[in-house]
Amino acid sequence: MIRLYDDLIIQTVCRIMIPFIQLFALYVITHGHYSPGGGFQGGCILGASFILMVIAYDIKWMKKRFSEYTNIFMIAFGVFIYAFVGLICIILGAEYLNYGILHKVLPADPVKVRALATLGIEISVGITVMAVMVSIFLNLATFGKHERGEV
Amino acid sequence: MKLFALIIVIMTGATLIYSTLEMPNWGDPNSPASLHVSPRYIEKTLEETATPNAVTSVLADYRGYDTLGETTVIFTAAVVCILLLRRFEDDKTV
Repeated sequence: MIRLYDDLIIQTVCRIMIPFIQLFALYVITHGHYSPGGGFQGGCILGASFILMVIAYDIKWMKKRFSEYTNIFMIAFGVFIYAFVGLICIILGAEYLNYGILHKVLPADPVKVRALATLGIEISVGITVMAVMVSIFLNLATFGKHERGEV
Repeated sequence: MKLFALIIVIMTGATLIYSTLEMPNWGDPNSPASLHVSPRYIEKTLEETATPNAVTSVLADYRGYDTLGETTVIFTAAVVCILLLRRFEDDKTV
């Protein structure tokens, strides 16, 4: 059960830390071309920032910023983008997930467009991983009730 | 019976240790695993995908179908978690 203690120190420190954690997560996702990182790792960090909100504040406080409807929508949305990019490649006349053919619709040469498509894939994987982390944490920690336990 | 199990464990362990003696050294560039497709990934990743990080280009470009499967696996994990655990207030079956 999630217990609520209104601790001023923890809440203030978390309120300062959470934007930097989320900024670092976006950096890890988008900088995956040049350094270790990518969609899975950055999505985990982004999900951890929302879990930190639940631990420091309350589930209701977090759900005002990231509702359950948006959460479940994002779980499916990332996988949908990934599969849809592959489908566009088929429509344009190449193999499934062969991103080189995307230079017909994107303003870049066939080599650069592969890096762009890779970035899109990383972002979609990051969206899915972030929403999955938050969803599994909430369901496991509260036995599916999504409300705080007895204090 | 415990002695019999111990003998089987020791024999199995000895067989496994014996089989590791013929494995290639750690990071050996001439091992069979490093000769098949790895040189192609390391040499051509910049000119074929414009991505300096070979891990990312293998993960999302050369092996994109595999990553789609991984994403579907965690998608399925979340959907099953919601279906099994989520309870709503008007649920009478609890």
